[in-house]
Amino acid sequence: MKRITGLLLVVLVAAGVLWADSALSINGAGATFPYPMYSKWFDEYHKRNANLQINYQSIGSGGGIKQVTEGTVDFGATDGPMNDDQLKAYLDKHGSGILHFPTVMGAVVPTYNIPGVDSTLNFTPEALAGIFLGKITKWNDPAIADANKGVKLPAEDIVVVHRAESSGTSYVWTDYLSKVSDEWKSKVGKGAAVNWPVGLGGKGNEGVTGTIKNTPNSIGYVELIYAESNKIPYGGVKNAAGVFVKASLAAVSAAAAGAAKEMPDDFRVSITNAPGKASYPISSFTWLLIPEKFSDATKRDAIKGFVKWMLADGQNYAEALSYAKLPEEVVSKEWKAISKIQ
Amino acid sequence: MESYQQDPIARAEKVAMTTTTVPSAGPVAGSRSLFSRLREGDEIARMITFLFAASVVLVTLLLVLELWQGSVLPRHKFGFNFFRTSVWDPIFDQFGALPFIYGTLITASVSLLIAVPLGIGAAIFLAELAPPRVSDALEFFIDLLAAVPSVIYGLLGVFIVVPLMRQYIQPALKHSFGFLPLFQGPAYGVGFLTAGIVLAIMIIPYIISVSREVLLSVPRDQREAALSLGATRWESTWKVVVPFARTGIFGSIFLALARALGETMAVTMVIGNTPTISSSLFSPGYSIAAVIANEFTEATGDLYLQALIELGLVLFILTFILNGLARLLIVATSQRGSGTGHA
Repeated sequence: MKRITGLLLVVLVAAGVLWADSALSINGAGATFPYPMYSKWFDEYHKRNANLQINYQSIGSGGGIKQVTEGTVDFGATDGPMNDDQLKAYLDKHGSGILHFPTVMGAVVPTYNIPGVDSTLNFTPEALAGIFLGKITKWNDPAIADANKGVKLPAEDIVVVHRAESSGTSYVWTDYLSKVSDEWKSKVGKGAAVNWPVGLGGKGNEGVTGTIKNTPNSIGYVELIYAESNKIPYGGVKNAAGVFVKASLAAVSAAAAGAAKEMPDDFRVSITNAPGKASYPISSFTWLLIPEKFSDATKRDAIKGFVKWMLADGQNYAEALSYAKLPEEVVSKEWKAISKIQ
Repeated sequence: MESYQQDPIARAEKVAMTTTTVPSAGPVAGSRSLFSRLREGDEIARMITFLFAASVVLVTLLLVLELWQGSVLPRHKFGFNFFRTSVWDPIFDQFGALPFIYGTLITASVSLLIAVPLGIGAAIFLAELAPPRVSDALEFFIDLLAAVPSVIYGLLGVFIVVPLMRQYIQPALKHSFGFLPLFQGPAYGVGFLTAGIVLAIMIIPYIISVSREVLLSVPRDQREAALSLGATRWESTWKVVVPFARTGIFGSIFLALARALGETMAVTMVIGNTPTISSSLFSPGYSIAAVIANEFTEATGDLYLQALIELGLVLFILTFILNGLARLLIVATSQRGSGTGHA
């Protein structure tokens, strides 16, 4: 027995030494929204490249930006692009910049619980902004009713539900509201956590859905993936072209394609309220944050290799996990940007 | 007393209890020479246990220092206004802690109002009235309750307490006591009252478990003396045993209070997470621990992050003040009676 234990130990130590010798490990941290996608990708990529291990901690976009700026991880990930101050902070600290690479797209959908209303509601941007500003307080307000002819809306008070904790979902939602409402932009603004004018805070997507299910006449917002996988009904939203669109992967990709024409070279673009008749207006990219300069050449090549794979084969895994694929225009543009990593 | 071992404050209390026994061993140890004390290990034991006790103080001081240094920006920018203003806006960099302080104090008070009578009543039954077998069996379940993770209580709150509150309890309270400002406004189900009730469920096991031990440790003579003087069983319990165990019972309440103040997960799931100050217990609110947990991970910008750290400092100060008041209360009440508690 003792001999077996000893033998096992020797094998383990030897394996450990060999493992440490050959495996390159790359660490990243950031956004929680794309975590299922990223863990699938890193897993699949590891199967193809056994000597490369990519570890990802989904600690939140803010944490991702912070950690990559401090240099404690090799790359970051975020649901909202870094702002100019954050880019400057990175440049000051490292002497070189950081690059944004869009990976997949998601959407945020309005969900509601109105007893007696089973049909899918349509929302105008004015209605959504009014409700979340606390200016539209009854369900039968003309701002809602006019877009839903034939639906009998009750004269009940609207209960607004938002995310309690900071999240990329809130960022996309408030980014959209800031674009469609000047009052929202000046009073509340966009961010992962804002000073909500009205409403209850639910913790996580599940907290928001739970509160909505429990509270008659309530409205809130959740990620499309979450609504789809939990069979939560959600409404359509009027896009910039004036068409009511219900969120779907195709409608999200359409929004990205609509925005692709004006895509800046650093990919820091919001695709909420994107042009195009088929575009779903509350859509967003999620980004990888990759430093321009790597001191370690093997790490640099490994990350470049991964990004190339992610843009090609990796995209095919997206739809199975309810993420929208990047449109062709964006992929080819990113392909060119890979050479900026040095 | 095993039940609260997971709780750092409880552990600190335990260590504090250990230290109080050290000086009492002093005179005995002092009568021998240093060499013999070293050889017999008394001195070594003393030094080691002193180090352990000192480490508690050290950790506390480091904690305060870290919180103080980590909140330089908001302390300079807002000063005392941090405690007076109630706008919490990460986008426009305005931070005021008042609604969070209010929410923390209100939920903790509601929970104590519910948990103290229930907890002490149950402890009296278990220690004095129930057959030992029943008492031990129940104690097992109580310890089990104390070990349930708070997220489970939170889920219980979301799925059971919140719907009950919205559909039955809040309308009933409104109907009977609606004239009081405490029970007005729309019934969302979530809010101060619900958070207080869920907290009460969480802290009752602490009060029962510790109070029961304390009551059980009251010497038999006390009861027998009271009974032999013609007291009824209840009189002996209420007028002799409970006052004798008073200090320990207070201890259990402070332990419960500390847990209620610092509870995060269960509270955030049922409080509504809206920084409001309202006289109505039906109103949604927010607590310090909950907002820190919710916003810390995504806090970008130094001022925002440091404002959250300053909230941590505020919670620390709050706990410190309440604990101090509690000690004063113990001192004040024990001077009147002769009870020395469970020492």
